[in-house]
Amino acid sequence: AVLKKRLVKLVVNFLFYFRTDEAEPIGALLLEHCRITKEEENVFSISFIEEPERKYCFECASEEQCQEWVEALKRASYEFLRRSLIFYRNEIQKMTGKDPLEQYGISEEARFQLGTPRQ
Amino acid sequence: MKLNERSLAFYATCDSPADNSGFLYKRGERHTAYHRRWFVLKDNMLFYFEERESREPVGVIVLEGCNVELCDSAEGFAFAIRFGGTKSRTYVLAAESQAAMESWVKSLSRASFDYMRLVVRELEKQLEEMRWGRAGGWGGSREFSGSRKSSGLEQSPERVPALPGVLPKENGCAVWNNALGVEQPPSTSGCAERDDEENPRPPPLPPRRRVSNGSAGNAGDIPSTFCRLHERYSREVARLRQDWLEKQRGSRP
Repeated sequence: AVLKKRLVKLVVNFLFYFRTDEAEPIGALLLEHCRITKEEENVFSISFIEEPERKYCFECASEEQCQEWVEALKRASYEFLRRSLIFYRNEIQKMTGKDPLEQYGISEEARFQLGTPRQ
Repeated sequence: MKLNERSLAFYATCDSPADNSGFLYKRGERHTAYHRRWFVLKDNMLFYFEERESREPVGVIVLEGCNVELCDSAEGFAFAIRFGGTKSRTYVLAAESQAAMESWVKSLSRASFDYMRLVVRELEKQLEEMRWGRAGGWGGSREFSGSRKSSGLEQSPERVPALPGVLPKENGCAVWNNALGVEQPPSTSGCAERDDEENPRPPPLPPRRRVSNGSAGNAGDIPSTFCRLHERYSREVARLRQDWLEKQRGSRP
């Protein structure tokens, strides 16, 4: 496998990659239902649930940079954000007895439900 | 632009529950004819299929940075998804009833990552305020009382600060960080690490970080408390696993 130098940008739950001298991305990876794995030194990989053997590998300039990316990518999914919202909502509800989302009129939205089985 | 389409298609059709779904009429890009499509909203993506039973979506609209507006055109129950930027296409959709249109407009306008992040930050802030007993609502200076370290974790409901009806402008920083105008870790960040007391330990408060533009900065800002919890458990699991592996190695002849 050939290593190609790319500019990589994490924007919400998408990982865009660019040729280093171009303004438009050549591709993007949607970061849902994926696994971020630390591989050998300076390397991490992204694989997807429906095709776990296929790994998108990235080599970083340093181990530190690699760790930084692994951390950021692990928290990049919408699903992660959703779970943290449910966590906070639940904690606040336990402490106050009130649903903090009622205030904003969004407590009934499907995306915020505790019991909704995902993945 | 390449996209991991197979993963996207899998994500669209897997049995994770959709935030909204139903038939909508979609106006063509060049021709003004409407096509009836099956729409599925999952997280910040709106997929559309030719038929309800189709195994792959025909297309997807990523709902970041968009505005959802009602159309005052003659076409009944129509609404538009508009993006900034001159090159971006405006998607005109029409529902089959007033109720359906309202439901779609509501769920689409709350679908973005940014919106979700805003809500999470708000809740995170509320929780911190409750735990550390800070007074007051938005802005102003915060009082760093010395009693915070002790049993000030339990707050009676009356102490919960009044919540604003409108969420603040999103800029990535906690409000009190803005008020102080300084990027510095709160003095509480060290507190929760101590476990000498018998009371249950809340997740440690991380130092506030300023948002940086683009790259890995974006995802790293959110749910800091939840992240720490997540991290802590994963470290524990990793340690247990390591111990187990070593024991395995040790027992080999």
